[in-house]
Amino acid sequence: MHRFIVKRLLLLIPVLLGVSLLVFAIMSFTPGDPAQLILGENAPLEAVAELREEMGLNDPFVLRYARFVGNAMMGDLGQSYTSGRDVFDEIFSRFPNTLILAALGVIIAVLIGIPVGIISATRQYSMIDSGSMIFALLGVSMPNFWLGLMMILLFSVNLGWVPSGGYSDWSSLIMPAITLGTGSAAIITRMTRSSMLEVIRQDYIRTARAKGVAENVVINQHALKNALIPVITVIGLQFGYLLGGAVLTETVFSWPGVGRMMVDAIRQKDAPTVLGTVVFLATTFSLVNLFVDLLYGFVDPRIKSQYA
Amino acid sequence: MSSEVTTQDLLSIEGLSIVYEVDGETTYAVNDLNLSLKPGETLGLIGETGAGKTTTALGIMGLVPSPPGRIASGKVVFAGEDLLQLPEEQMRRVRGKKISMIFQDPMTSLNPVMTVGEQIAEVILIHEGVSRKESVRKAGEMLEMVGIPAARAGDYPHQFSGGMKQRVVIAIALACNPDLLIADEPTTALDVTIQAQVLDLMKALKTRYNTAMILITHDLGVVAQVCDKVAIMYAGEVVESGDIRDVYENTRHPYTKGLFDSIPDLDHTVGRLKPIKGMMPDPTDLPSGCKFHPRCPDAVASCATTMPEAVTTEAGHIARCLILKPMAEPSNRVQG
Amino acid sequence: MSQEMTLALNETSAEATRAAPKKRSQWLEVWHRLKRNKMAMAGLVILSLVVLAAVFADLIADYETVVIAQNLSDRLQGPSAQYWLGTDEFGRDIFARIIHGARVSLMVGVLSVAIAIALGGSLGAVAGYYGGKLDNYIMRVMDIFLAVPSILLAIAIVSALGASLMNLMFAIAISSVPTYARVVRASVLTVRDQEFIEAARAIGGSDARIIFRHIIPNCLSPVIVQGALGVAGAILSTAGLSFIGLGIQPPEPEWGAMLSGGRQYLRHAWHVTTFPGLTIMITILALNLLGDGLRDALDPRLKH
Repeated sequence: MHRFIVKRLLLLIPVLLGVSLLVFAIMSFTPGDPAQLILGENAPLEAVAELREEMGLNDPFVLRYARFVGNAMMGDLGQSYTSGRDVFDEIFSRFPNTLILAALGVIIAVLIGIPVGIISATRQYSMIDSGSMIFALLGVSMPNFWLGLMMILLFSVNLGWVPSGGYSDWSSLIMPAITLGTGSAAIITRMTRSSMLEVIRQDYIRTARAKGVAENVVINQHALKNALIPVITVIGLQFGYLLGGAVLTETVFSWPGVGRMMVDAIRQKDAPTVLGTVVFLATTFSLVNLFVDLLYGFVDPRIKSQYA
Repeated sequence: MSSEVTTQDLLSIEGLSIVYEVDGETTYAVNDLNLSLKPGETLGLIGETGAGKTTTALGIMGLVPSPPGRIASGKVVFAGEDLLQLPEEQMRRVRGKKISMIFQDPMTSLNPVMTVGEQIAEVILIHEGVSRKESVRKAGEMLEMVGIPAARAGDYPHQFSGGMKQRVVIAIALACNPDLLIADEPTTALDVTIQAQVLDLMKALKTRYNTAMILITHDLGVVAQVCDKVAIMYAGEVVESGDIRDVYENTRHPYTKGLFDSIPDLDHTVGRLKPIKGMMPDPTDLPSGCKFHPRCPDAVASCATTMPEAVTTEAGHIARCLILKPMAEPSNRVQG
Repeated sequence: MSQEMTLALNETSAEATRAAPKKRSQWLEVWHRLKRNKMAMAGLVILSLVVLAAVFADLIADYETVVIAQNLSDRLQGPSAQYWLGTDEFGRDIFARIIHGARVSLMVGVLSVAIAIALGGSLGAVAGYYGGKLDNYIMRVMDIFLAVPSILLAIAIVSALGASLMNLMFAIAISSVPTYARVVRASVLTVRDQEFIEAARAIGGSDARIIFRHIIPNCLSPVIVQGALGVAGAILSTAGLSFIGLGIQPPEPEWGAMLSGGRQYLRHAWHVTTFPGLTIMITILALNLLGDGLRDALDPRLKH
């Protein structure tokens, strides 16, 4: 098993290298001269040229990329063009805020999605089933930034129950987390429901009933254990998606997280920050997916056997 | 045939009818079926695919999926009780303990995320009121009994071959020593050599525990090997039943005759095979009167209008056919 | 002997051509099944309305005078007889802007998905059909793209290339390519090893013929379903990116951008953000209903 984990971690490296290359290549298309940006519009041409030389901006692409990767592996993602501070520090100081939001979002999504999905599946075609499917459909169709705005309108502006933005205390977490979690809850509900429906049709469920097993045990143990396996993958993907999708939610709620920092950086043409953030988030996403893969192997004995 | 007092039927199905209703269409899966079985007897339930054999078995077990399926009428009397009238709570106590069922495809009958030991122990735990430790021990014993080392109790189903999986299924079914085992085509999905092994195992266990068995199959050879009695199903009803030798030697129903005639004979060279002409009727649109009449070489006019009643000989050989009526004798169950 | 063989071969090719008209009725069959699904039909109707709005946008509201012309004296008015859905922060008619916004959303949505299907589908088909090292390389590259959450990838591309309609379309397309590559590859893998392909080769079918006549038709269903859902996702991404200023630039009307513009007036002029958002939701809902319905209608195993 350990060999498998190490192998997968090693496989991650080329992927991450590829990601960094991809994003670095994309960002290199950014128009404008970074040195000019830093020194301002009125800076003398020689100063700009000198800074360009210093920053190594005239070096060939491969060299610049290699330098980036080398630095990145040691935790140096460059300095922000706008603030001058280390990109990594900026990310690190804000990442916990984004992480809390994403984690809460996933927790909400799972706490709602799985039970509703199970109930829908076991009471297929009933009112509860139709109702939850409609809600799930709405949840998937709603733009989450709009949901956030509507929630602010209702709960902050009109009812004044919770703050409308920023991270002041725990009550600030409620609306952003719900906004983020709604879309995922909808997806998890649908996934759980379809997985359960499929499992309930299986022969081994019939065998369990033929043994005289009580119906609730059939559903909650025999069926669920099998049905949840594909759902785990979805949960993992959702978490990763939330890390990325937090960009919009953070903007709406003025949340001091990584996503909002990235949006600001884009406006200011601060390439290192954008680059660093995307690479950082992609790395986190990959690690989460790896973790989910391992979990999958742990939970499904058929896969476990392949790697034992 | 002994000269003892006739023993009470273990299972007696009377007039069972089961329908499936989907999208306004009704499928008549089981129609006025009658069947009986004594303790320790092995009955072969033969029929082509679609004759209603599995539905009958599910009906006995109370496992007919209830939204589309419905028991329209009839009685399933087991050890004196009509199972169809039992509340679900009590029926659950019958399943796995008094009546067990094993299904056709061993590859999908076992839960992939539970060890085989757990799956066997579960049925023991539910019904026998013993401790968990005891149920695990007994599960190991059952594995040994079906020819699998008890040490493999911690393995998962995918680690076993098809034949071994079926053995596990048999172990689960017999763990609580049921009075009746219903086996729905237990060897159809297996290789011929494995088939023989599994059948031998079933025979041995059946003798050891004196379990009555209903063996559902479309394979006449299997029936010949294992069964005492045989019942032939067509379009949801039993058209002929009786002692296996009697039915083979004194075949009475035209369908059964057609079935036996269609088997190629190893001893004689044959130019053409003799299938029964026509096809199985559409269960949503069954023929009137005797359901076999459109394909029957001996049909007469009244076959299309009248449902044949069962005609019984003194040996307990039953057949449902109108043209047998003149030869009918009042059934008397005295053995001579 | 060879006479019999020729006879047999002729029969097979006659069978094959007879098979062709049956294909047409297959699509009719799918249409019938779709028709029975009331929700999917509702989605189709709503979608048609959106398409009609996009097509006839100019007839409903003139672009120059109504959609982009500012009218500050009328700003932030609520819904009224003159302005059905009210006016925005520049006094423009929200209803008219929403109608024109449909044009942009649909165009970006459909075109980006079309590009993604063409690119991703080809990659997936090649990878699936030829297998081996080629498959490996292509899928590794796809994995790299998939390691970045698609929004982030789109954001990175647009922020580098500059915010414009073309770049937006390109960015969304690129970030969706891996999905279609995977879908098509999976279909190709399922079909490639089935016996009827062997049979087609046995009667002398070339690679190209096999790909076009046998493999591609079998991949169509999942691609269609994924495509419908993909257009929904593309429209959402467009709105999202425009919301943070990376998409369609003002004064072009775009639903997400309209949301962003109205944000600071949420307290007193909620209609500026509510209506465009509602429109997005309804359009996405319609596409999802249609996509789900198509999935059910195209699934051969369903119900029987």
